[in-house]
Amino acid sequence: MAKKYQRHRWWTPGALLAVVCTLPLFAQTAAGAASDKLFEPIRSVLQSPRCQNCHIPGDSPLQFDIGKIHAQNVKRGPDGKGMPGMMCSICHQTQNASPSMGEHAPPGAPHWQLPPANLKLVFIGLSPHELCVGLRDPERNGGKSLQDLVQHFGEDQLVAWGWNPGAKRTLPPLTKEQTVATVKAWVAAGAPCPGE
Amino acid sequence: MVKFTINGKAHSFDGDLAMPLLWYLRDELAMTGTKYGCGMALCGACTVHLDGQSVRSCVTPVSAADGKKITTIEGVDAERIGRAVQAAWRKLQVVQCGYCQSGQIMTATALLAANKNPSDADIDAAMSGNICRCATYVRIRAAIHEAARSLA
Repeated sequence: MAKKYQRHRWWTPGALLAVVCTLPLFAQTAAGAASDKLFEPIRSVLQSPRCQNCHIPGDSPLQFDIGKIHAQNVKRGPDGKGMPGMMCSICHQTQNASPSMGEHAPPGAPHWQLPPANLKLVFIGLSPHELCVGLRDPERNGGKSLQDLVQHFGEDQLVAWGWNPGAKRTLPPLTKEQTVATVKAWVAAGAPCPGE
Repeated sequence: MVKFTINGKAHSFDGDLAMPLLWYLRDELAMTGTKYGCGMALCGACTVHLDGQSVRSCVTPVSAADGKKITTIEGVDAERIGRAVQAAWRKLQVVQCGYCQSGQIMTATALLAANKNPSDADIDAAMSGNICRCATYVRIRAAIHEAARSLA
């Protein structure tokens, strides 16, 4: 009987080797879980309608929470400001239209536009990892450093509109202050992406 | 108070600056060439130019015009492109009922100012926000090509 039990000792050299070899994997998983937790709130904001409706893979911006293709065949144009003769600024002023014009009158903010055609910075349809990697990559985010990203979230007036969209438009899941604090924490941690 | 020019003439306004520019043009100045269509920037009938750029005057507050040059359908023929567009419209008899045509001409003029030789796709992209209940779209497109040829 004693020999039988000995055959099942967990501390056999092979078992010990397996444990030692997998420790880094556990450590990596723990780090991945931490980065998931750091980035998930940011992802939830970026992939909310107020943000992702303009961060599109195609060239037609979206409207409303359901992401309906923008009426009137509106297109991105080369610089993100619309097509010649049909610029975004035709309808979108530097501030929301007066409430007296109805709750569906065009919203507005300074430099109302999409990302330019050569730098789309897509938010829609990406995994958290893909979204994160694109966000922190200066070649894909318009040359922004991590500190520039913090500033972009905190100070850009068009970004700020997303938290004050007026009418009955749905807000992102975090407030502006919460979002900026979360981005700062993510940047302070070295901007890790989910899975890293 | 805001100050601006309309078709080259100086104006000032010290009333409610949130009032849509269209109301100012039609009700205060009796310039009724610019039309009220939907009131929500959906149809394009109210299109005018602010410093050469098209805007829907039904949702543009008067305050947005401060210090700018406003051009309306009554003054668009002061410029070469506007004259060419109107001439092409007459030559091809684009208009049916005519209600939307002020806005169509203003948008077509802005398009040709930005693109001297637009393709059909360029025209469609520029004009798709101007709705025509009589469906004169084919003639509108032809007239824009005609105006572009005359300007070449």
